Amino acid sequence: MSDSKNSWPLWEVFIRSKQGLGHKHVGSLHAADAEMAIGNARDVYTRRQEGVSIWVVPAENITASSPENAEALFDPANDKVYRHPTFFVLPDEVNHM
Amino acid sequence: MNKPQHKQALLRLGDDALILGQRLGEWCGHAPALEEDIALTNIALDLIGQTQSYLSLAGSLNEGESQTDDQLAFHRTERDFKNLLLVEQPNGDFGDTIVRQFLFDHFALLRAEHLASQTFDLEAAAIAAKAIKEIRYHADHSSKWVIRLGDGTTESHERVQKSLNELWKFTGEMFTADEIDVAGIESGLLPDLTILKTKWDTAIDAVLKKSTLIRPENGWMQQGGRKGIHTESFGFLLAEMQSLPRTYPDATW
Repeated sequence: MSDSKNSWPLWEVFIRSKQGLGHKHVGSLHAADAEMAIGNARDVYTRRQEGVSIWVVPAENITASSPENAEALFDPANDKVYRHPTFFVLPDEVNHM
Repeated sequence: MNKPQHKQALLRLGDDALILGQRLGEWCGHAPALEEDIALTNIALDLIGQTQSYLSLAGSLNEGESQTDDQLAFHRTERDFKNLLLVEQPNGDFGDTIVRQFLFDHFALLRAEHLASQTFDLEAAAIAAKAIKEIRYHADHSSKWVIRLGDGTTESHERVQKSLNELWKFTGEMFTADEIDVAGIESGLLPDLTILKTKWDTAIDAVLKKSTLIRPENGWMQQGGRKGIHTESFGFLLAEMQSLPRTYPDATW
């Protein structure tokens, strides 16, 4: 399937749903270029009216953090409760926090 | 146009969509890529949806008891189907399927645009108005593939040019008016086929130019679908499509 000579590049697909505020990663697909990727994403991921907007990104352009660095990256945040705005009372008018 | 003619005109719309939808459905699980497999079957489902609407409407115009869309789809015989010969042509390779789709989509889009704007049959207008959005996507999908394959590799170019050359003889039928068309055009239901042809030529030529493909000469055109005279493979298509409802009449989910 992933023989690079005979298959199209991989694209990551992000869909914004009707209720959603941001685009969410929904999966990936193969396509020869961006235009085809949008078309394919429409067919593969929005068949049941899931979306109102589509982003496609070449998978090779995504830089991911390494699982080996997980401790160094994420553990220090564990014991710093003061970074969370839990000590404030949120006014009712403020939505989507 | 009288009631039987009106019914025939609607049957043609329904049959074009039904038979092409059935053909595209044959790709399910066989297309060159998963993404394209889903695209083709999505288009097939759009077409079957249009079929249900047009055939139900045609059935309601039947002399005597009205017929359901299922009765019309599954219990008519070969000579009663009035689809274009183009849409019944076998899938062939992916290029054949794309060219068949491309030639039909642009015709179907122009026809639906007229149907949506006429006032002779408001139900047909409503069906067409809904279908236009679907057909626009179909035409966009098939046109882009014609350009990709035509302007692709030497092999893809040669193969899709061959598909175009072979299917071209079925394009004349779309623009040949018989007595049903004449009555439909007079009443306003159907579009003037001469004007439609000019618009179709423009749309097709624009895509062919980008695709670097050569438009075939208008030679001898094969016809007969509108009279119920079909090509060789049509009987097999019907046999497969109708086998279940004919083996188990009134079967339900």
